[in-house]
Amino acid sequence: MRLELHNATVKDVQWSEKTCLKDNVLYVNREEAIKVVAEDENFSDVQLDLARPGESVRIIPVKDAVEPRIKLEGGTSFFPGFCAPMEPVGEGATFVLKGACVLTCGPIVAFQEGFIDMSGPASPYNPFSGTNNVVIVAKPVEDLEKHAYEKSLREAGLKLSIYLADQCKETKADDVEVFDKGTILEENNQYPDLPKITYFCMSITQGLLHDTFLYGADMKHIVPTLVHPNEILDGAMVSGNCVSACDKNTTFHHVNDPIVLELYKRHGKEINFLGVIPTLESTVLAGKERSTWMNANLARQLGADGVVISEEGYGNPDTDLCMNAKKCEDWGIKTVVISDEAAGVDGSSQGLADATPEMTGFVSAGNVNEMIEVPAMEKIIGFPESIAFLSGGASDSLREDGSMYVELQSIIGSTNELGFSKLGCEWV
Amino acid sequence: MTFRVVHYINQFYAGMGGEDTAHVAPSSREGVVGPGLQLQNLLEGEGEVVGTIICGDSYYGENMEKAQAECIEMIKAFEPDILIAGPGFNAGRYGVACGDICAAAGEQLGIPTVTALFAENPGVEMYQKKTFIVETTDSARGMRKALPNMVTLSLKLLKNEKLGPAKEEGYLSRGIRKGFFHEQTGAERAMDMLLKKIRGEEFETELEMPVFKKIKPAAPVKDLSKATIAICTSGGIVPFGNPDHIRVSSAEKYGKYNISELTDLTPENYESIHGGYDRVYANDNPDVVLPLDVMREMEKEGVFGKLHEFVYCTTGTGTAVANAESFGQSIGKDLKEAGVDAVILTAT
Repeated sequence: MRLELHNATVKDVQWSEKTCLKDNVLYVNREEAIKVVAEDENFSDVQLDLARPGESVRIIPVKDAVEPRIKLEGGTSFFPGFCAPMEPVGEGATFVLKGACVLTCGPIVAFQEGFIDMSGPASPYNPFSGTNNVVIVAKPVEDLEKHAYEKSLREAGLKLSIYLADQCKETKADDVEVFDKGTILEENNQYPDLPKITYFCMSITQGLLHDTFLYGADMKHIVPTLVHPNEILDGAMVSGNCVSACDKNTTFHHVNDPIVLELYKRHGKEINFLGVIPTLESTVLAGKERSTWMNANLARQLGADGVVISEEGYGNPDTDLCMNAKKCEDWGIKTVVISDEAAGVDGSSQGLADATPEMTGFVSAGNVNEMIEVPAMEKIIGFPESIAFLSGGASDSLREDGSMYVELQSIIGSTNELGFSKLGCEWV
Repeated sequence: MTFRVVHYINQFYAGMGGEDTAHVAPSSREGVVGPGLQLQNLLEGEGEVVGTIICGDSYYGENMEKAQAECIEMIKAFEPDILIAGPGFNAGRYGVACGDICAAAGEQLGIPTVTALFAENPGVEMYQKKTFIVETTDSARGMRKALPNMVTLSLKLLKNEKLGPAKEEGYLSRGIRKGFFHEQTGAERAMDMLLKKIRGEEFETELEMPVFKKIKPAAPVKDLSKATIAICTSGGIVPFGNPDHIRVSSAEKYGKYNISELTDLTPENYESIHGGYDRVYANDNPDVVLPLDVMREMEKEGVFGKLHEFVYCTTGTGTAVANAESFGQSIGKDLKEAGVDAVILTAT
């Protein structure tokens, strides 16, 4: 399976009469772009705003982040099951507006959105302070049920990102990345001596606004399955969840999954990358048992020597993490997990809700409770008072001068458990 | 500015003798004594050892409170910016004394403190959360390496410089987790670690697995029909308006609410403030998380004796285990004093 990512670099974003990419500047026709989103009758008002790296801008509360992409060859549109027909992805060519991002924002959907500062001390903690962002602020019609609002806002982000990519796709890409990997049999024949590695991508599937989608399927109703890594890079997974901002995998994170990219980089050199197993975090024990047994069994059937396991969220899913690690290790399959810690604001509390002695390889993505002081920003996109209701915020977080004292938890992607950032915890 | 350093040592390093003189009471001398001379040299003018406190190991060990108070007075008299104790290597009583005087000086005088011990010295486990303990070898042969590490760390503390992880700074961790930006992403680190693990090479996990405390369950209730039952929740159900401002996540307190006049939780009287689940249904009917309605029915039917007049509520998402433990102990004590026989805990 061969996928080409045609990356067109975006270094700035500006309003214009025509939506296009010129000299690495993304120009957006505001009215036209609003129309793409505002057609949804669940919205009473849709505004668009821009936020660029280094600006004194705070965006709050942010639900999802989406990188503008569209198929050039080997498929239609993007995100099968949502904006594209139900068709396989991962082959052909895909156009990417690299350095641009669509952010979805609105009066609080639930409580587990987060904020993004485009400059200042919070900016190193998330990727979106470094992207040129088109921000949707969409208000729901009166009395709209929250689940309907979440769905509309989720789809608004996908639609706008595809619109932007579609308008720019004729522009020549700055670079082309190729992801080419054959069937498992072919790769095993080619690299018989390299350790065989697979990857469990644990995803929040708890329902009640905590959902992830695979080819449009609500993952809480699936059993774990094997996909080619190209499918992940090409829009098979979509975030629909409102879990704590720090460790939710946004849709942006899925198409840029750093574990997939890292495994690919080493494929054929140090390892033989077998594929990705998107899996569940069930709310009930039988569900946890079922999915972790199936994950370990899939790894065993594939002949895996090792597995990288990523978590999404903290607390309850710590149990799924332990069960996945334990079952693999018991069958002699080596594991390393990536997870964050909830070690308390002073860092002295025990950081995991569950533990198992087999989990000997642990990569820490940071302490979600660690406090950070962020200054006031000159411009606010969204609703600053919502910090009182966000996980990691409190009623006294927002001060009169506009500065905030909050947990890292409230920053989108700050302790991402796909290992996206360089943050980690150490003993002091 | 030259920092004022006070150095604590035992009778042996002061040249007063070994076990035979271990009972000497604390004494104070101006300037350096014994290993303090090398400390002074290593400070290279940035700090001055203005005084040395000497105490016999047995004296300190056998009269800890008294010895500590006497030493603190002597240290205080020098108006120091920092206290350096030892190194104590693997000497048990000396290690405990170094740890104890450092912890006390930190708490009572508000100054930074540094000592140096072998990792297995009993003083480490007792005091590592309260002072900086530089890691040493088990004997005085490690003196030449220990002293520069102590001085480097001391100067960083005195100058309020940012410290790196304990293992990089060379001290034994104080049991605190802190965020740092590594050179590699988490994904890169995970892959390196997995390859080492597969190849059977040595690798270092970034978090050792904690060992959970095992709580012994209470004996079963003998006669339910006479029992007083309480209900508690970490599901974030609170009186409407959240009067105690309990946080939506990472709770730092719990609330205690009188429900003796209530038979049902409704959107008018109670609500959910929990930040970890979709509150739509719990706000529609808070009984689904804190089942007051069912408990009242069962109380009426005589299934159990009496429903306790208070409920205890907090949010259990992102809540530090240390906080949860203290809530539990405090609620448990309260319930026991009120004569409650059993409690139903609901979580979400």
